[in-house]
Formats: sequence, C-alpha cells, structure tokens
Amino acid sequence: MMMSDKNELSHHFEINGGDFSNAGRISTSIKEILQEIGIDSSIIVRAAIASYEAEMNVVMYAQRGVFTLNITPEKLLLNLEDEGPGIENIDLAMKEGFSTATDEMREMGFGAGMGLPNIKKNADKFDISSIPGKGTSLKITICLDRTERK
Amino acid sequence: MTLKEIKELLLAEIVSGEDCLDLEITFAGGSDLMSDVLAFGKPGILLLTGLSNAQSVRTANIIDAKAIVYVRGKKPDNTGIKLAREKGIPLLSTKYMMYTACGLLFSNGLPGVSGLLPRK
Repeated sequence: MMMSDKNELSHHFEINGGDFSNAGRISTSIKEILQEIGIDSSIIVRAAIASYEAEMNVVMYAQRGVFTLNITPEKLLLNLEDEGPGIENIDLAMKEGFSTATDEMREMGFGAGMGLPNIKKNADKFDISSIPGKGTSLKITICLDRTERK
Repeated sequence: MTLKEIKELLLAEIVSGEDCLDLEITFAGGSDLMSDVLAFGKPGILLLTGLSNAQSVRTANIIDAKAIVYVRGKKPDNTGIKLAREKGIPLLSTKYMMYTACGLLFSNGLPGVSGLLPRK
C-alpha cells in the first residue's frame, strides 16, 4: 500500500493468467480493503463486481495482468493492464452474450459474454483500449460523491 | 423465511454455518452461471446453484449473498467451504434439481430477485 501526498491510497496486485484456482482472490482483497476504510456498501458491491469480472478476464484470456486500485476522497480508480491476445473488435466484445470462452472457462461458471458489459454497468466511467497481440487496458472509475454518479 | 425453514423445505443438509439457521432470507435466485449471478444478482440474495467449485463462494461473497444452496446433491470443495466459513456465508446442499428446489421455495412464498410472488 502506498499513500501519496495527494491523499490518495494505492494498491497493486498481480494476476497470473490461467490460475483458475486463485481466480477471484484479488477482488476479494479489494472488497476487504474498501470495507476496512468504511466505503458505502452499495459502492463496494459495484467495485467488487467490476474487479471480479476484470480479474476473471485476465485469468481466462491473458498471460498476466497488473491491477491497481487508487482511492481518493472523490472516487475509486481501478486500472488493469494485461499482457495477452488483446481484443480484435471492442464493439463486439462489449455486446452482451458475445464470448470466445473455452469449455474450461464455462465449467468455472464464466464465459457467458457478460463480463465487459457488466463492468461498464457497474462503473460511472469505463474506458477500454486494446492492441491485438499485446494486451488490453481497462480504466474503471466509481465515484464516491453521490452527485458525480451516473 | 428463515434458513431453517429453507433447509426443511428442501430436505437439505448443512455443509457449513450450522449456527446461522435463524438467518432471515427475503429473496432468492438460481443459476449455474456466475457471470449471470454477477450481472443479475442483488445483495442479500439466497443463491441456488449447481456450480460447486470455489468460484460459487467467491461470487456469493462479491455480491453480498446471504447463503448458498447447492442443488443436485452437489457440495463445494474444501477451498469453497473454508472461504465460506471465513466470510460467514452458510452453505446448504439439497438433492433436488434446480427447477424443483426453486419451485418449492417460490411456491412457499420466497420471491425471486424481481420480487414477483406466486398468484393466489
């Protein structure tokens, strides 16, 4: 954990692609951190869901990823950078039901094509960019100030 | 409806959380797809599922589910049970299939996520 002079808390987590047995542990830790600092429970659930979906995407599709949680008095910023195959067509990937999941992923209860749309639904701001063959970057913002929320 | 009443209706056994039978459950939802649980579930839900790996417990914890009922006689692995104990999520297991287990709870007055109740 780091704290900058801008009153900002920062946590970094590394995710290993293909590590299905530990999938979800980082999101569980993120949820615990947010509970410890007393964030509103409805916001915690949204942040936890978005984190979990993002974490599962790295486990399922990428080689590795770095998840960063930044907490400011105004918002939660969840940034995820992965090294992996990237996404050829982001518009298609954002459609509910579109999935390139394997049978192994479906046996884990995932791969229904709901992940990225569900991250967007739970975020106040969501940016995604990807370079096919290199990796994908997600920036998820969840506002703590009620007036800023969507 | 209490977890004890749910246990009796579903002839279920308690896998973990023997001390939580007084827990009040107000709605439930059933799915084997955790993607759908994350998309459509709500905090406080009783989750019925046939997915018995640790992801079922992790998903339940993420969405603040109150308890899990495993259908088709399934039981979670040790990782799932350990996590459920840590997070205080009671686990039950019934031999009923998903349709029957959900139908029994619904017809006895436990609504789904939408709040819809059976017609009188």
